[in-house]
Amino acid sequence: MQALRKHPGRRFVVAVPYLWLSVLFLIPFIIVFKISFSETRMAMPPYAPLIEWRDGVIVGIKLYFANYRFLFTDRLYASAYLYSIKVAAVSTLWCLLIGYPMAYAIARSTAAWKNLLLMLIILPFWTSFLLRVYAWIGLLKSNGVINNTLLSLEVIHEPLTLMQTDFAVYIGIVYSYLPFMILPLYANLEKHDTTLLEAAADLGARPWRAFLRVTLPLSMPGIMAGCLLVFIPAVGEYVIPSLLGRTDQLMIGRVLSDEFFANRDWPVASAVAILILVLLVVPIMLFQRVQKTELEARP
Amino acid sequence: MRIEGVTKTFGEAPAVDNVSLDIYRGEIFCLLGGSGSGKTTLLRMLAGFEMPTAGRLYIDGQDMSGIAPCDRPVNMMFQSYALFPHMSVEKNVAFGLEQEKLSRAEIAERVAQILDIVKMTAFVSRKPHQLSGGQKQRVALARALVKRPKLLLLDEPLGALDRKLREHTQFELLAIQKRLGVTFIVVTHDQGEAMTLASRIGVMNHGQIVQIGTPLDIYEYPQTKFVADFVGAVNLFEGRLVEDEADHVRIRSEELGAVVYVDHGISSAPDVTVAVAIRPEKIGIDRTRPAGSENVAHGKVKEIAYMGDTSIYIVALDTGKLVRVTLPNVVRRAEDRFTAEESVFLSWHASSPVVLTR
Repeated sequence: MQALRKHPGRRFVVAVPYLWLSVLFLIPFIIVFKISFSETRMAMPPYAPLIEWRDGVIVGIKLYFANYRFLFTDRLYASAYLYSIKVAAVSTLWCLLIGYPMAYAIARSTAAWKNLLLMLIILPFWTSFLLRVYAWIGLLKSNGVINNTLLSLEVIHEPLTLMQTDFAVYIGIVYSYLPFMILPLYANLEKHDTTLLEAAADLGARPWRAFLRVTLPLSMPGIMAGCLLVFIPAVGEYVIPSLLGRTDQLMIGRVLSDEFFANRDWPVASAVAILILVLLVVPIMLFQRVQKTELEARP
Repeated sequence: MRIEGVTKTFGEAPAVDNVSLDIYRGEIFCLLGGSGSGKTTLLRMLAGFEMPTAGRLYIDGQDMSGIAPCDRPVNMMFQSYALFPHMSVEKNVAFGLEQEKLSRAEIAERVAQILDIVKMTAFVSRKPHQLSGGQKQRVALARALVKRPKLLLLDEPLGALDRKLREHTQFELLAIQKRLGVTFIVVTHDQGEAMTLASRIGVMNHGQIVQIGTPLDIYEYPQTKFVADFVGAVNLFEGRLVEDEADHVRIRSEELGAVVYVDHGISSAPDVTVAVAIRPEKIGIDRTRPAGSENVAHGKVKEIAYMGDTSIYIVALDTGKLVRVTLPNVVRRAEDRFTAEESVFLSWHASSPVVLTR
């Protein structure tokens, strides 16, 4: 606080991102929030106004809760929400299991290797995300690379159904989001003092015990950051399940877009969006708490 | 504890070069050396973090080759302390015992006991970042000692403490060592630390141990110019051995502009070039010429450094050679002591010089 008073310029620096966030996040959010309480109608825009004006005076506010009630009555939405959370959770776990050893290995390699390996982690971002997901179709489809290879090696005799499965969605999400797990984990593990592991060994801990008792707890902030960076966007993931996933079970991102574009039901679409947000606010708050405690724990 | 012909090479250069050493039970052995002298590498080999390229290490007669750090009866106190930042003081100290799969009651008892010894009982639930440097040092010591090791390795144990705390902690460390009877091996670059702590000192240079002895031996009877120069301050004069008898030697030094008479023989080839080492506190200063023609030199006071308890006088001899003399400040007023540019005579007792051939 004192620093702020001494250097008024700092206020300005802080103000810029806040302004950015409020214009580009808060205002659209309020608009969506407002629409979620409106009634659908066949018009332009396709929803009834919330506030009735007559001669410049507000004569009535009509809040329409039916959109939310509808989300709870039709089982489609509940199952889409639960399915999204399940897919996101499983994908996050896989990302962690694959990403942790990778991040650890990068953090422990020599400086020259470190740069190269980090480059390789970031490299996929230079290709279009959509293109990379399409590439997986080419690999997974019944006459795709994987099936053809297995068939020609006579490991299998019938092509495996890989597309339009949960498996394909997991592969797509884990593949796409893995860097978001590795980078925060790497940032954390890289700072670890290796003499702590020597101390643990000196005190009689075998390498695996030393990892569990020292490295793992100290990397908790990195694990949390990575998991949230994967989990939060994975819940609302639209492209990957649409291209690779099942047709009988939709994820919530797909439901949202269908409501909006196919059904032109903006109020219900908005209500879905608000509910996703509520669903995600809890993890986001958790994330911020972890960050805060990490900052406090630093000597 | 025995070290037999241990060598460790990193790439080309040997960091530790054919070191053999015996360390006795219950002693405090100091490895003293500058940075890059190989002392830390030697310590890390004892702990098991580095494997010797050649040679063997024995602890209590047991060969340590191929034994992992976690299985050695040795504990280490790290220079950075390496306390686990996410654990409380109590958990840090208990960590080593938990690895031994002891019962909870026993762990609690031994942790409480050792924390009492290092006087940290009041801080059991603090995290390391809530402790001062001295407190961290105690916790690190407790964490290593609670395992009741046969051998405790201390890497620059007082290096991170400020001077006042250092002196205090030195004596505490000695008291704890005496009480527990654990063998200590201390690595340090600070000769003062080595002097007060050690029962024996091994001076290291370029990966080799150049002299082993008690602090007194090392300081008063250095065997090489390196040791004389590294441990404490010293004035070195080149000279020629002109007389070598069983009970005395005479050395003519051009640098000194005088003949040095030493009251012991050195049994060396005659007429060789030797170095005479005289400690600054063993040289006296007089305004008038002392009796006798040997062990006297004339010069001018060039600089005076006032240290409080002592003053350091840099005296330029008539030959141009600078000599360092330390005198206690017995009198209070500066005018009563020697002043700059004053013409003085330096003299020393025949037992003071050390004659060094290496």
